[in-house]
Amino acid sequence: MTPTDLRAAFITDLTAVAPDLDAATIGDDDHMQTDLGLDSMDFLNLVSALHKRFGLPIPETDYPRLATPAKAVTYLAEMLAAGNRA
Amino acid sequence: MTHAVIRKPVAHSDTLSLATGWDAARARLKGLPDGGLNIAHEAVDRHVAAGHGSQAALIWLGREGERQVLSYAELAADAARFANVLRAHGIDAGERLYLLSGRVPALYVATLGAMKAGVVVSPLFAAFGPEPVRARMEIGGASVLVTTEANYRRKVAEWRAQMPALRLVLIIGDAAPDGCVALGPAMAAAAPRFDTVRTMPEDMALLHFTSGTTGLPKGVVHVHEAVVAHAETGRLALDLRPGDIYWCTADPGWVTGMSYGVISPLCNRVTMVVDEADFDLERWYSILEREKVQVWYTAPTAIRMMMRAGNEATKGHDFSALRFLASVGEPLNAECVIWGQSVFGLPFHDNWWQSETGGIMIANTADMDIKPGAMGKTLPGVEAGIVTREDGTVKEAAAGQIGELALRPGWPSMMRAYLGQPERYAKCFVGGWYLTGDLAMRDSDGYFWFVGRADDLIKSSGHLIGPFEVESALIEHPAVAEAAVIGIPDETAGEVVKAFVTLKAGFTAGEALERELRGHARKRLGPAVSPREIVFRDSLPRTRSGKIMRRLLRARELGLPEGDLSTLEGDGR
Repeated sequence: MTPTDLRAAFITDLTAVAPDLDAATIGDDDHMQTDLGLDSMDFLNLVSALHKRFGLPIPETDYPRLATPAKAVTYLAEMLAAGNRA
Repeated sequence: MTHAVIRKPVAHSDTLSLATGWDAARARLKGLPDGGLNIAHEAVDRHVAAGHGSQAALIWLGREGERQVLSYAELAADAARFANVLRAHGIDAGERLYLLSGRVPALYVATLGAMKAGVVVSPLFAAFGPEPVRARMEIGGASVLVTTEANYRRKVAEWRAQMPALRLVLIIGDAAPDGCVALGPAMAAAAPRFDTVRTMPEDMALLHFTSGTTGLPKGVVHVHEAVVAHAETGRLALDLRPGDIYWCTADPGWVTGMSYGVISPLCNRVTMVVDEADFDLERWYSILEREKVQVWYTAPTAIRMMMRAGNEATKGHDFSALRFLASVGEPLNAECVIWGQSVFGLPFHDNWWQSETGGIMIANTADMDIKPGAMGKTLPGVEAGIVTREDGTVKEAAAGQIGELALRPGWPSMMRAYLGQPERYAKCFVGGWYLTGDLAMRDSDGYFWFVGRADDLIKSSGHLIGPFEVESALIEHPAVAEAAVIGIPDETAGEVVKAFVTLKAGFTAGEALERELRGHARKRLGPAVSPREIVFRDSLPRTRSGKIMRRLLRARELGLPEGDLSTLEGDGR
């Protein structure tokens, strides 16, 4: 998957959890909680959607690496490249 | 499943050996001349007068890694400046000030400054959307709002003109939009001295909002006398001792964050850690270690998230400063209590209270054995019982029987009213008891065990959510004909909100509409209160008188017995 594909998939899962967000206005460096208004339950739901989509285990200690779309894309690409599938 | 009792440590807190009872607690406070009592005076000014001005009152940890320390003397001076700002704008004692901001020092200063000025403080949760904010400000008759520019623009500006009673909007920071006042420059121009208004014990100090099953949220009135219980219960149930480093993770927008995240710790002259950011595993463990937190008061949802991350995540951290762990908000599973023991070397002490009680009533304290999963025993001065309603009055249930948890009225932090709703207030008191709305059981050792809510209220991440408020927001959407909202069990949050809706003619159920409705609810209500899931139905179960039977929806959803269906109209499926 290219970074563009990864970003699109991430935004799809993000806006499914928080449909009040407009996909077109989400910035790459927007912080999930501070800028996009996700609460901790939203965040867990997002992690679970990503887990389902990519088959990746995402341990709690890695959550800060999903703090913004840009960080998340980097993280997901790294994990997928490492063949780190569940 | 029952778990082994965790025995109390051999050497326990010496503070617990002080005389107990509300009179003794009252005598430990300072008071104001001629019988006056003011929460801010007890929390801050009396410590400064007693020579503790240089002690840190608040250690603020900013989201981006900033760290700011406010001493008791600095907090007193800032609170005085804030009180002067209110006075300069013609705000009088008894008027209501609302807070709508994340956890920044100005929020704490405003709380204490308003109380010094005799102004009533009403905290709002910063993650509320515009509708809950507006409803609460209207019910309480807000004169002043302290908020941030972003919150103001997103949640208030649009309807501000329709609330003429709101005379002053203070914006935290150095700039403010039209019609608002920037707090920074106003504080800089204000004098750091202010003679605390001589409030009397029964004068209103705080207005907290709690959800009802029907109708608008209720404004729970607390008076300055509540400080007697705030101070005493912090000492008894949280083991707070002067000079302790203490971290309450609750937001002051909720009652825990106000009673035990501002008032009680300051009354007990501890140093409070305040973290601006929300839950983040590594950040939290680092804060515990780096700030050498001794007493930690948190919530089951957070504890469960830490548990899920596993013991591995705690490795390499030094938690040796910790002395006492406590939890509140919803029942703490026995597994969490025991997990605390394995990771921190200390068990979590669960306790129980609600907005209406103003302070902790039932707790596992430092000087008693913990029964994992139980909410503890009554604190000194508190009398609780398990009752069942019968022919308009109540009857006490025997040990081991489930009934409604009830308290004998008269403790200092008992609510004094639901603002403007005397009938709803009166309904809480039956047969000489205050009925809490929680179902519980008391065992033969006097420990109370939470069972569930006696009504339709939803407990999610420790917050009480009223289905009516959520349903009302859903019905505002043009596609929705009717809505019913229930709580369904969730392993992390306790319960999460689920909605059932029927659609008006011309609208089609489907994923796109489900998403649109959730988005609509989130914009109006904010994420904490909004449904996480919405399902479409052709009809909803109703009584013959037209009332939606949420209880039946919930029973069907969870596969529980459907109970008495004699009033059901049709089959409601």
